[in-house]
Amino acid sequence: MLPLLVALGLPVVGGALAVALGRFPRAATAAGVLSAVAGCALGLVSIGDTLATGTVIALRLPWRVPYGEFSVAVDSLSAVFLLVIFGVSLLAAVYGARYLLAYRQHKSLGAPWFFFNLLVSSMALLVMARNGMLFLVTWEIMAISSFFLVTFEHEKADVRNAGWTYLVAAHVGTAFLLVFFAVLGSQTGSLDFDRFALRPLAPALASALFLLAVVGFGTKAGFVPLHVWLPEAHPAAPSHVSALMSGVMLKTGIYGILRTLTFLGPPPAWWGFLLIGIGLTSGVFGVLFALAQHDLKRLLAYHSVENIGIIALGMGIGVWGMSQGQTTVAILGFAGAILHVVNHAVFKALLFLGAGSVLHATGERKMDRLGGLLKKMPVTGGTFLIAAAAISGVPPLNGFVSEFLIIMGSLSSATGNGIATAAPLLVVVGLGLIGGLAVACFTKAFGVVFLGSPRTEHTVHAHESPASMLLPMLILAGLCVFIGVGAPLAVGLVLPAAAQIAGADSQSVMSNVATLTSTVQHIAGVAAGVLALVALLALVRWLLLAQRTVTTAVTWDCGYERPAPCMQYTSSSFAQPLVEIFSRLLGPRRHLERPTGYFPHSASLHTETPDIFLNQGYRPLFEWVNLASISLRWLQNGRVHLYLLYIFVTLVLLLIWQLGLRGGV
Amino acid sequence: MRPEALVFQVGAFVLAPVLLGVINRTKAAFAGRTGAPLLQPYYDIWKLLQKGAVYSSTTTWVFRAGPIVGLAAVIVAVLLTPIGKVGAAVAFPGDLVAFAGLLGLMRFFTIVAAMDTGSSFEGMGASREAMISAIAEPALFLGLLVLVLVSGSLSLTGMMGSIVVATWLRTTGAVLALAAATIFLVLLAENARIPVDDPNTHLELTMVHEVMVLDHGGPDFGYITYAAALKLWVFSALIVGILLPVQTGSVLADGGLFLAGMLVVAIVVGVIESSMARLRMLHVPHLLTAAGGLGALAVALALVAG
Repeated sequence: MLPLLVALGLPVVGGALAVALGRFPRAATAAGVLSAVAGCALGLVSIGDTLATGTVIALRLPWRVPYGEFSVAVDSLSAVFLLVIFGVSLLAAVYGARYLLAYRQHKSLGAPWFFFNLLVSSMALLVMARNGMLFLVTWEIMAISSFFLVTFEHEKADVRNAGWTYLVAAHVGTAFLLVFFAVLGSQTGSLDFDRFALRPLAPALASALFLLAVVGFGTKAGFVPLHVWLPEAHPAAPSHVSALMSGVMLKTGIYGILRTLTFLGPPPAWWGFLLIGIGLTSGVFGVLFALAQHDLKRLLAYHSVENIGIIALGMGIGVWGMSQGQTTVAILGFAGAILHVVNHAVFKALLFLGAGSVLHATGERKMDRLGGLLKKMPVTGGTFLIAAAAISGVPPLNGFVSEFLIIMGSLSSATGNGIATAAPLLVVVGLGLIGGLAVACFTKAFGVVFLGSPRTEHTVHAHESPASMLLPMLILAGLCVFIGVGAPLAVGLVLPAAAQIAGADSQSVMSNVATLTSTVQHIAGVAAGVLALVALLALVRWLLLAQRTVTTAVTWDCGYERPAPCMQYTSSSFAQPLVEIFSRLLGPRRHLERPTGYFPHSASLHTETPDIFLNQGYRPLFEWVNLASISLRWLQNGRVHLYLLYIFVTLVLLLIWQLGLRGGV
Repeated sequence: MRPEALVFQVGAFVLAPVLLGVINRTKAAFAGRTGAPLLQPYYDIWKLLQKGAVYSSTTTWVFRAGPIVGLAAVIVAVLLTPIGKVGAAVAFPGDLVAFAGLLGLMRFFTIVAAMDTGSSFEGMGASREAMISAIAEPALFLGLLVLVLVSGSLSLTGMMGSIVVATWLRTTGAVLALAAATIFLVLLAENARIPVDDPNTHLELTMVHEVMVLDHGGPDFGYITYAAALKLWVFSALIVGILLPVQTGSVLADGGLFLAGMLVVAIVVGVIESSMARLRMLHVPHLLTAAGGLGALAVALALVAG
């Protein structure tokens, strides 16, 4: 356990050093990055044993906070999440070194590195915490450090706005978790996770706690309709932070729900249905909103909502399998969900780093002003293409493997169960729709940004990012292929954690492992087959063309002689048919200025798709809260002695209440 | 695997382009023309493989990779597709998911290759293809789901193998008919046939699949033509697998029956192309949603019956 604690402490110490060195941008960056890299590398080494053999390491230290205890442990479930946290943080830190240096003229780089490292350490401590108080404190540190990272460019009004939205959403979520732990603690007499599981809860209470956890953790994870902070905060943050937040931090919400499932005893079937419902809503809404976006990072943020939906589908299948006593189904569902956590961390981090690389080179996030970047930025473009295909869930890449497990979970529940299996079967169809829309969404994102010809002047002069930014992207792209082709290895890595949540005994786990491994080997075979055939067909084509004339000409445009970049299909026009079909759900807005007269001098068309949950749900609600609170304004008049009086009166009232209660007894 | 079975697996790769020839001959017969020879698709592919290439100066390696990845993906899909009762070259639980995934991979690369040209025509084709296939995908999954429910098997070979005459005579017959209808509509959409798309149209604005591959030529276009034939083959094989419940016990007879079935599917596609016009683009989603509706109905019936 000691190496892990050092791994947690090192980045924080380095971060503090970076603050002290704030006046020297390069020194501050070096302190921040090197300590983060060292801490993450040490952390990765320390969890190897638990990942390989499932050995649990634990440590308890006294802590003087009421109900608190510094109780930490690493089991299979924590280890998988630690792998994701340390792995992605390491790469994001390396990438961030050069990325943030671009701001050194007008910003101190000490604080951003301090908060970055604090975020990394707090996420790692969070998945190790085994005490409710420790968990909540870490949760809060994580929320606040990420808030300061989101508001890095706080001189911009929209960034400040995004920061506030995030802060409010994070604390609404925390409020639910506070109640969750308070109720759980009062029932079991302790905030110790190990004791939560020992005391069986009444079914109604367990269900109430489950709902609290789904709302509290779901706000962090970004379940629809709790996702509204996500498309605001992720584009606002620096790109390596977006990668970390979207790839990793959202998953702490997933971790929370999975950990909760180990406390609450055997789940009823409707918990599974609830998660499946949430998954379908988040998946479909997430991808549809992503499809309608014009801003690359906003598109990626919405797409995280979709992937969180897919993870929720896996968890739903897992819970449903548990409730029916179908261990195979439960293990498949949870394994798919956890593997998708890993996969999404890999490709979403890569996509955000790619978007950051584009932003770094062009200063542009609007897709319709980019184009043709693959020629200028071959590595960024190539890795972005791999990630785009992986996130669309097609073989031979990693996204397919986790979606395969989830679909297999739902299909395995189907045989011989009659109408009761209708809900799990919806997952198959839902994933089909989500997959089809994801292909549309990511062919659009990659095609408009990297293919065709440049649409604006600064895109023409774009340059490839430095090697230290490209290396993390290349590693992540390699992982996308590796998990696809080495599927048995990846599934083996998450299987112990899945079995742990499913509460499966070792015998049924072993029998499942055997069948699952042989199936997954076939998947890996398909992936390898595709790659081999691609190589073979490329060779054949090369041989065919080797001796022949290969020339270049202008793109065929019906004989039109002067094609211009602005004639290309844009992100809006590409998405238009699908946005039109789903316009009832999306509510897209069009601002059209028609050409008028015989010699029109101006015409324009502008479309946007704002978040309907934000605009028609939360905004009116918070405006109403605001109006309602105005009537209490007289209480808050800015006079300190009156505030002291309030405190005094409250204390007296509490004292009377307490004494009265005692007297009554 | 038995040697006769192997003959049919290889036969899939050899015979696939005939389906295109049969469709064209059927259309010619309806129009009162002689039509191109039955083996015209082979001549086309052969000729294309002999040619050099002209590339748009806008394009990158993605444009060149599109046909290669597309053909590689569909070749693996053919290996997973059962030749009727003879079975597939490769079968494992969940191969239907891999099947759908491989077609997704093919589509992904066809679309990005089209966008690489920077032409508004190809962008338009890509956009429409993305729209059509996004709605066709759940319908395909619903159709396959029905087969899982009816057969209790998670592999395509197991599903097709378990459909016998008795399956059709029981209540599951209606369910199978609905599933076949669903998959047939998906076949029309995914293979760019009328009423969704017209492979013979001459105007770029009205094309979907053809306009996406407008700038490809030479061996690349040869790959694309062959991949299109294989894609038509895998979907037709699914239809024949459902609709042909006869199992003789002899591999040769089973395989022969399967090939006859494939011929009938191609002729039916040709008849549809000759007897109706294509739908307006705005109505295509309705058709595909209807396909999904049929599939959903079949799943509901299968769940109640099961």
